[in-house]
Amino acid sequence: MTAQVITVTSGKGGVGKTTAVANLATALAMDGKKVVCIDGDIGLRNLDVVMGLENRIVYDIVDVIEGRCKLKQAMIRDKHHPELYLIPAAQTRDKNAVSPSDMIRVCKDLRPDSDFIIVDSPAGIERGFRNAIAPADRVLVVTNPEVSAVRDADRVVGILEAEEKGNPALIINRLNPALVKNNDMLSAEDVLDLLGIKLIGIVPEDENVIIGSNRGAPAVTDGKSRAGQAFRNISKRLQGEDVPFMNLTPQSGLWNAIQRITGRK
Amino acid sequence: MDFFSRKRSASSAKERLQLVLVHDRTDLTAAQLESLKDDLLKAISQYIEIDPDAVRIDLERDGRSQRLVADIPLKSVSRHRAG
Repeated sequence: MTAQVITVTSGKGGVGKTTAVANLATALAMDGKKVVCIDGDIGLRNLDVVMGLENRIVYDIVDVIEGRCKLKQAMIRDKHHPELYLIPAAQTRDKNAVSPSDMIRVCKDLRPDSDFIIVDSPAGIERGFRNAIAPADRVLVVTNPEVSAVRDADRVVGILEAEEKGNPALIINRLNPALVKNNDMLSAEDVLDLLGIKLIGIVPEDENVIIGSNRGAPAVTDGKSRAGQAFRNISKRLQGEDVPFMNLTPQSGLWNAIQRITGRK
Repeated sequence: MDFFSRKRSASSAKERLQLVLVHDRTDLTAAQLESLKDDLLKAISQYIEIDPDAVRIDLERDGRSQRLVADIPLKSVSRHRAG
């Protein structure tokens, strides 16, 4: 077994990187894969709360790098998926406590015993981002159908090209089909045309994502969540399956309301 | 709000982004591009007569690469005409 290292990045903050990492890692674990996620946002630790593991942290990635614990001691096992682990970021240090070669070394040590290593990159294009992309076999760029997020995604794609990090794949997150239909939101086609990279998934805006974060249980664990379904599809594509893209045409208000009442949505 | 004449915001977002991304990717500001055009026209005018108002020079996107596309109509020159 040798793991594939997948780094999730975006340029702009707040577009849903951490949510994407938590959901994709959980979906891969639900398919029986052995997954380790690494929170690369040193000083602004977040993946632990989104995954509901904040109370179990003893050691973090800086402890591993500085030799205060063994790698296995910093790997926190998920509550529901025994083959899913989190290596948390340090909260009281800064991004300079980790170097790109540290990240490559940690991933190298993890590779033999895992199927997937998912690295959550911090926002921005500085040290933390460089650390996060250093070990990547594959990079996923998350964006929202919104001018600032698309512009920053384009900068990141340009840097990845310059660093010869292969072709990144795009996740368009928080797409609102009703707004797109009214021509008041960039469509997935618009975003793809602007960025010129390949698409790996479109995730519709879905309140279940916030509900999942509140509970520390990612939306993929909720069978009824549309965003959860979109992330499950992306996880299948990461495993090499050819899954068709979801139909994201907006449902009528009445039909929507009936589905909500009957619990089908 | 004038419902019929209002341009929907998605098209304006796309048009603005198309311009911004070209300048971001080439690291050229709109002012620098104008000055590039002026220099280009000056250089060409030393050899052939052109109509500056008909010239079109733009940066265009082609997937992830950019190209500088110039359309420079030449003025017809009378001495080549049969007479």
